[in-house]
Amino acid sequence: MTDKHDLTPLWEVFIRPRNGLHHRHVGSLHAADSALALQSARDVYTRRGEGNSIWVVRSSDIAASDPSFAEPNFEPADDKIYRHPTFYDIPDEVGHM
Amino acid sequence: MYSQGLIGADSSTTESEEFLKAFQARVDREEKIEPNDPMPEGYRRTLVRQIGQHAHSEIVGMLPEGNWITRAPSLRRKIALLAKVQDEGGHGLYLYSAAETLGVSREQMTEELLSGKAKYSSIFNYPTPTWADIGAIGWLVDGAAIMNQIPLCRCSYGPYARAMIRVCKEESFHQRQGYEIMMTLAKGSEEQKEMAQDALNRWWWPSLMMFGPSDSESTNSDQSMMWKIKRFSNDELRQKFITATVPQAEYLGLTIPDPDLRWNEKTQAYDHGEIDWAEFKAVIKGDGQMNRDRLRARNKAWDEGAWVREAALAHARKRADMKPIAQEAAE
Repeated sequence: MTDKHDLTPLWEVFIRPRNGLHHRHVGSLHAADSALALQSARDVYTRRGEGNSIWVVRSSDIAASDPSFAEPNFEPADDKIYRHPTFYDIPDEVGHM
Repeated sequence: MYSQGLIGADSSTTESEEFLKAFQARVDREEKIEPNDPMPEGYRRTLVRQIGQHAHSEIVGMLPEGNWITRAPSLRRKIALLAKVQDEGGHGLYLYSAAETLGVSREQMTEELLSGKAKYSSIFNYPTPTWADIGAIGWLVDGAAIMNQIPLCRCSYGPYARAMIRVCKEESFHQRQGYEIMMTLAKGSEEQKEMAQDALNRWWWPSLMMFGPSDSESTNSDQSMMWKIKRFSNDELRQKFITATVPQAEYLGLTIPDPDLRWNEKTQAYDHGEIDWAEFKAVIKGDGQMNRDRLRARNKAWDEGAWVREAALAHARKRADMKPIAQEAAE
């Protein structure tokens, strides 16, 4: 009874708690268009002063990395300890660096 | 508000021993499982069913309380009740979203609720004839819900756990709101006190049933515990609820309608009388006092809102045709 054309699209909601912070993903909702998505996001996700700015983006517009490639994607970072300051020995006499 | 202990799910699963062992190891390490991660079919099915039932419970849960919004005794009571019912609606939406991450569509879940195929918590099939019922629901029903939902914040499935954290945070006012109503009635006239006692009499046993069948009867409990979907058994949570609630009733000067209720020094918990499981089963099956009424109300709301949904989609399509990409100001 509901063909694809009639489904109400899904949107991801991002909220900025206050100026100076990033917008953060808080959840999702269904809405026919961006104006209604913003309106619903306000009603559903900011009933208690959770933020002062909302972004909504269609879930279908998000490209996500494949979880089955999580290892090859992210594990190489683990053994690159030379990217961290503690890898380098600097004598105490030099002071804080 | 809350879900029943899961009603009738099939957690059987057919993956290889090796796959299941690797999955169990992740769960045992307290790693959260996220939407696109590999997971046993039984895990997915159990969650879809549990989160779906939980979401439906929030939505249907708006009805017994909504019944009193226009008749709340003061503006203060009315705005609090409105805010609470609005919260329940929001909680339903968080939960539907969490279930959707498992590959079930909102439309499918809605259809299952409206057709009567999907279950929701038995508690919402009891009527709310007096204002004291609104107090009793906040105090007992939300109290039982919180007891159940706090451990769900640590559920192994990430989206469900995150939804529960939001729900628990928002729900902390609900129980206090209800208890305050009970307090006012219990300290009021003789007639008001009787009203409070009458509500407690009617809501006590159904509230205990919210935790689901007793452990010896609950077939899916073990697997759900293994997968860390739930952290405590139905009976453990029920016992915790009783222990927390009895002193609250004593403070109100009200009597819990259970002649067998007494403190057990040895177990440091209350022994309680036998729960009427025949009533519980009948309500789940659809024969509670309000089952038909609740479904009728949901169907009416859905049907009468159809033109709004259709108009919104038609408008969105028309605008999309006019302007290929809508520009949104993303600061």
